Amino acid sequence: MSMGEELPKYFEIPIAGTILEPGNTVKIPTGEWRAFRPIIDKEKCVRCLLCWAYCPDGAIIIVDQPYKTASGREYKFSVEIDYYHCKGCGICAQECPVKAIQMVEEVK
Amino acid sequence: MTEVKWKRLPLNSNYAVAYAVKDCDVDVVAAYPITPQTTVVEKISEFIANGELDAEMIHVESEHSALSAVVGAAAVGARVFTATASQGLELMHEILHIASGLRLPVVMTIAARALSAPISIWCDYGDVMNTRDTSWITLIASSAQEVYDTVIQAFKIAEDPRVLLPVMVAYDGYLMSHTYEPVYVAEDPTPIREFVPKNPKSRIVLDPEKPVTMGPIARPEWYYEIKYQQVEAMKRAYDVVKEVDAEFGKRFGRSYGVIETYKLEDADVAVLTYGGIFGTLREAIDAMRSSGLKVGGIRLRLFRPFPYREIVDAVKHLKLLIVADRAISYGARIAGPVAMEIMSVLYRESEKPEVMSVAVGIGQRTVTEQDFVELVKLGLKFLEEKRVPNETIYWGVRGVTYG
Amino acid sequence: MPRTEIRWHGRGGQGAVTAAIIVAQAAIFEGKYAQAYPEFGAERRGAPVCAYSRVSDEPIYTRAPITKPDVVVVLDPTLSKDIYMKGLKSGGLLLINTKKSVDEVKKMVGRDDIKVATVDATSIALQTLGAPIVNTAMVGALVKVLPIVKLESVEKAISENFSGRIAEANIQAVRKAYESVVW
Ligand code: SF4
Ligand code: SF4
Repeated sequence: MSMGEELPKYFEIPIAGTILEPGNTVKIPTGEWRAFRPIIDKEKCVRCLLCWAYCPDGAIIIVDQPYKTASGREYKFSVEIDYYHCKGCGICAQECPVKAIQMVEEVK
Repeated sequence: MTEVKWKRLPLNSNYAVAYAVKDCDVDVVAAYPITPQTTVVEKISEFIANGELDAEMIHVESEHSALSAVVGAAAVGARVFTATASQGLELMHEILHIASGLRLPVVMTIAARALSAPISIWCDYGDVMNTRDTSWITLIASSAQEVYDTVIQAFKIAEDPRVLLPVMVAYDGYLMSHTYEPVYVAEDPTPIREFVPKNPKSRIVLDPEKPVTMGPIARPEWYYEIKYQQVEAMKRAYDVVKEVDAEFGKRFGRSYGVIETYKLEDADVAVLTYGGIFGTLREAIDAMRSSGLKVGGIRLRLFRPFPYREIVDAVKHLKLLIVADRAISYGARIAGPVAMEIMSVLYRESEKPEVMSVAVGIGQRTVTEQDFVELVKLGLKFLEEKRVPNETIYWGVRGVTYG
Repeated sequence: MPRTEIRWHGRGGQGAVTAAIIVAQAAIFEGKYAQAYPEFGAERRGAPVCAYSRVSDEPIYTRAPITKPDVVVVLDPTLSKDIYMKGLKSGGLLLINTKKSVDEVKKMVGRDDIKVATVDATSIALQTLGAPIVNTAMVGALVKVLPIVKLESVEKAISENFSGRIAEANIQAVRKAYESVVW
C-alpha cells in the first residue's frame, strides 16, 4: 500500500467522501487513456455540433474562429478537440453525419 | 429556556411517535403504510392537516422510495422522519446503507414485526436485528413514554456534528404499537424544540450557492478510510447517546440509560431482554423475589453502538445470565443476536457469568410472567448440573423439550 | 385500588376494542394507571374479537395477555360461554349484554362463585345510536357495577373518540346503560 502514503488520512477526508470542490473532474487527465485520436477535418465538418452533444467527456470545444472552406463555404466558428480530456472513445466519429472525424491510432 | 408543561394522555406507542415528530418540528415525512406502523403516519398526517405541524408529507409507492425521499430531503438540510416495519424495513435495506454512508441524520421508527414467510403481522425483532450492520444507531424502547422521549433524543443524537448517523427507534409491534397507556407529552412544543434546535448549517448540505458532490464513487484507495469514519462516528455516538439522555433527564426529568437494570445488585441470576416484554419480566422478578429467589433483570436499550461497558459491569457479579432474544440468527450455534453479542463481549473478561441464550416471543408467541419463572428455574437447574447449553434454547416450540 | 383486569368479548364491528380503550382513557384522565389493547389479529366484521384493559393506582408493567380476568364483559350473548368464561376469577364479575335475568345467566354459565350483571345493551344502542354497536353502553353499565372510573371521565373519553352527534348519542347510550344495568 505504498500509494496510500501520499493520500489523505481518514480524518482529513471530508465526511462521507463528499467532494467540496465543484467541477473538479476537469483535473483528471482522461486524455491519457486514449488509444485512438479523433481528428476533425475542418473542410468536411458542417458545424452541426452533433459530436459536441454526444461526447461523454465534454471534450469537443467550440472555438470562435471563422473558417472558409476551399469550396468557399464560410463558418463563423470551428470545432476542435480538447485532447487533455478526450479519452478516444470514438463516439464523435461514429455520430458525425458527414464522416468528418477520423480515428487515428496514437503513437506514443 | 421555556418551562415545559406536560399533559398526560392515553396514547399507544404509534401515537407517541407522532407526538414526538410533531414536537420536534420535522420538515419532511415520507412513509408507506405497513401493519403495525400505519397509525404513526396517519396521526402525523392529522397534525399536518390541522396545522399543528408544518411539514411536507411525501406520498410514495414503496418503502424503498420512502427512505430515498427522506434521504434526499436530509441531504438538503431538512429534518426528516420515516417509519416502517418488517418487510418494509427489508425493502429499505439498500437505502439504509445509503443513509448512513452519506452520514445523513435520518430518524426512523420501527414497530417491530416478524418477517415473512410465512406471513406474520405480529411482533418479534427479526426485522430490527437484520439491520445490525447498516451503521444505524439503534435504540429499543419499552414503554410509550420512552418511545416519545427517545424519538426526541434521536433527532439530537443523529444531528450531533460528532455523530451524523441515522437513528432507528424500535418498539414492539402490537404489544406496544397498539397498547394505550399514560404518556406525558409537552403541552406546548417550544421547550422540546429548544432541546433539539435545528441547525442544518452545522453539516454539509446540498446548496446551489455552494455546490458539493455527495456519494461519489470511492476507489479502493479511498473507500476504506471513508468507511472508517463511520467506525469512529459510531464510537462517538456511544458517548453522545448517553450525553443526550442525561441532558434530557436534566431538562425534562426522565432518562433511561443505555441499559436498564431491575433488582440486579444482589442478584445471582438475571434475565436480559429488550422491548416491551421487559415489563412482563419485571413483574415476574417481583414474584420470584417474593419466593426468595435472587433474580434481577436487565433491559438492553441501545443495540448499536453496543453498550459493552455497561453490560460487563452489570453482569460480572452474576452466576448466570439468561439472554432472552426475540429474533433468530439461523445457523448460528448461539442464535440469539444479543446473546451472541454479549458472549463476544464477555470472552475477554475474567469475571463473568455463565450465559444461557433463549429465543422467546418469536412471531409474537405469548410471553407471560410464568415463562420467565420457568426459564429461570431451568437455567438454575442447568447451572447446578454444570451443563448450561452451548446452543440457543428455543423456548416453547412444540416438539422440543429441554431439561 | 388494586389492579383490575378486564377482558372484553365481542364480534368484529361491535367496538370491543374501543370499549377497552375508553375505560383506559377514562382512568388515565383521572390520573390512574391503565393499559388497553386488542387481542392482536386481523379483525374481520362478525369474527369473535377480544380486548383487554388493566386499571390500577400503581404503574402497570406487564404486557402479557389477561388469562385470569377480574371482569369479563360480553358484548354479544351469542358468543360461546366456553370462550368468555375462561379463567374468570372466583369472586369476579361477568357483565353481559342480554335480555335474560341475572339468575338465568348464572344458571347458563354454571358458576355461583361470581357476580353477574346484565344489561340490554342492544336495545339501548338501537334506541340511541340506531345501530347495534353496544360498546359504549357496556362501558356505562360496567362503571355502574364496578366504579373503577367516574361516569364523567367515561364521557370525556367518548368525546375524545367521537365528535358531534355521534358523541352525543354514545353518551346517551352510556347513561341509559348506567341506569338500567342490574346485578
Ligand atoms: S473520441 Fe470520445 S471523448 Fe474524444 S472527442 Fe470523441 S466522443 Fe469525445
Ligand atoms: S458532428 Fe461532424 S460535422 Fe457535426 S460538428 Fe462534429 S465534426 Fe462537424
